[in-house]
Amino acid sequence: MTVHSLEPRQLMSGDDAVALACIHAGVCLGTGYPGTPSTEILETFNQLGGKAQWAPNEKVALEVGLGVAFAGARAIVTMKHVGLNVAADPLFTAAYTDIDGGLVIVSADDPGMASSQNEQDNRYYARAAGVPMLEPTDAQQAYDYTLLAFWVAERWKIPVLLRLTTRVCHAKTVVKPRPSSAIAPVSASFRRDIPARVMIPAYAKPAHRRLRDKLAAIAAWNDAEGPVEDSGGSANCGIIATGVAAMHAREAAPTVRHLTVGMTYPLPLQRIREFASEVKQLVVVEEGEPLLYEALRAAGLPVIGKPDRYRFGELDVARVRRLLAQNNSPEPVPAKGKPPELCPGCAHRTVFQALHDLDCIVAGDIGCYTLGVLPPFSAMDTCVCMGASVGVGLGLRHALPKSQARRVVSVIGDSTFVHSGLTGLAEMAYNPPPTGHLLLILDNGTTAMTGQQEHPGTGRTLNHAATHRLDFFKVCQALGIHNVQLFSANDREVDLKTIIADQLTRSETAVFIIQQPCVLAAPKIRLYEQAAVNETVAKESCSATESCAIAASSQLFQLFNE
Amino acid sequence: MHITNIIIAGLGGQGVITASDMLADAAFRAGFDVKKSELHGMSQRGGSVTSDVRFGDKILSPMVPFGEADVLLVLEETQVELNRPCLRNGGVLLTPDCIAPGVLKNKKSLNVAMLGCLSVVLDIPKAHWLDAVHAHLAEKLHRLNDEAFAVGRHATTS
Repeated sequence: MTVHSLEPRQLMSGDDAVALACIHAGVCLGTGYPGTPSTEILETFNQLGGKAQWAPNEKVALEVGLGVAFAGARAIVTMKHVGLNVAADPLFTAAYTDIDGGLVIVSADDPGMASSQNEQDNRYYARAAGVPMLEPTDAQQAYDYTLLAFWVAERWKIPVLLRLTTRVCHAKTVVKPRPSSAIAPVSASFRRDIPARVMIPAYAKPAHRRLRDKLAAIAAWNDAEGPVEDSGGSANCGIIATGVAAMHAREAAPTVRHLTVGMTYPLPLQRIREFASEVKQLVVVEEGEPLLYEALRAAGLPVIGKPDRYRFGELDVARVRRLLAQNNSPEPVPAKGKPPELCPGCAHRTVFQALHDLDCIVAGDIGCYTLGVLPPFSAMDTCVCMGASVGVGLGLRHALPKSQARRVVSVIGDSTFVHSGLTGLAEMAYNPPPTGHLLLILDNGTTAMTGQQEHPGTGRTLNHAATHRLDFFKVCQALGIHNVQLFSANDREVDLKTIIADQLTRSETAVFIIQQPCVLAAPKIRLYEQAAVNETVAKESCSATESCAIAASSQLFQLFNE
Repeated sequence: MHITNIIIAGLGGQGVITASDMLADAAFRAGFDVKKSELHGMSQRGGSVTSDVRFGDKILSPMVPFGEADVLLVLEETQVELNRPCLRNGGVLLTPDCIAPGVLKNKKSLNVAMLGCLSVVLDIPKAHWLDAVHAHLAEKLHRLNDEAFAVGRHATTS
């Protein structure tokens, strides 16, 4: 069911609620990089008529968003938690600048790692960079806090972090859209303000002090009128909680008093002190790191935290009940289900079979193809972060004895290659190991794992319209790689195992681009390609051009149908 | 404050999430507060999938507490034992053998047929079920799924 802009009451996910609020806030541009559980925000924003685009990576997305905000317009920038590591460089200094338009950055955290490589707690980023953070408990608050985030951003000229977690992003709850009259329409216009936006030391020193002043003012506002909910109830025990953990806590302990804090940085310390003074015992319920606990302890409040075991994984009602009852018996372990696997017919299977047969040492990367680590292939030896396959592979080649170094292969997907493989490839050409190196780009024509999003290498924009396509072959050659080859994964003439084995004997840098559309995405890709061809044909009146376009399209179809 | 807790389980590609969207939508149309949640992403590549749906006067957490499901609806035989511990004592278990082999015109509509079975257990008017099913499918699939829903509904009443 699609989200509607004006329906008075709807069941929707937290991601959809953020998108709807962006429409109601008149957001000029949404940008980001796909990542579970954040991906649907920009897709829904686009479906609702907003201007949304995928950036090559989160750093670029945040920089584009910052430019929009400097221009006086509103921007939403979306990413998963690890994406904020990539965008951390602009984030920390953007916090020093004065922005005119609202800049809201969504960090979608994944406690429990449903689809991530770590469960880092991005509440630390708000404190580290010095930017306000809002944490909704459900889709209604995701809607409300998105609007509030734009208001805070513009009132104090500061970027705002909206921290969601998996159970806010992907949980559907009832939302009553209520556009805020406080968010007045804005129009973009450049206002020169060099000392507030050019962060050379002379300007950055006062800017750092201004940032702390802004945070002090926001803390005072949060104390006076920030989004804090006090449930009332028994004075015997008070629970302070944030995000979806507050919902678990309210259900687990319905009779005690609950304080749910919406803006978790800077904290409304005065209100928390008052709450603390009115209850006999104060317990912190938080998912992930004991960050709120430490902040309140540092403020001199005698709060009770949680045993270390609740640092790991998601919380739920049962776990919160145990936590409150100080039940330290072993928790029930849910039975392991059937693990995910590479789809039947997926081209990655051929590649990982070859790597397995050749006993390669494989530096892997982030995407569907990470599943190559599982049996029957077991053909991946490292996987750390986006783009790491290239650098890690090079490091292994530099350090290992030659006989082992020659077995090292890096494997990366197309979207990940654009995201952060390009700089690794520059390193590979610049500092080649003595045995050379081989990078395999598994080009399935889409960002498959997150749900088949476009990227610069597909030649289509977020809404699948044709745009310039980044040519992997040419870019690898231009970066100075000795041997660049293009293969179709299901070309029967090509024996990948033999070709890889041969390359591993040569002391040169090589990139093999192995193409085959993702089996799940292929039918849609054919439709997009056909639409692009139809448009080209319609535009051209010249019959010669028309026949060229048709020839091109039939070639394309041949490639996909092989 | 009565809450109905339902877990739908199966394998990636079976339509577990679509079925839970339809159920949540039907409960929402019937005027209940509703929350539903599940895990997306890597776990969906052919692996086990479960989705939690809760409805009642007022719902807080979007997840069904372990061992408290009133109904466990499973689309794939191999996933039954795995998920059985989620069910409360005396809870209702609906498995794919509720639908006789060969009665569905298209196996893909098993998820909707199983919702037909579920509809007999829950206090949600039939019209809301059908509206919810239609809202999540392309129009050309409505008739096929109406039939599948009816198969499930009669399987449990007959």
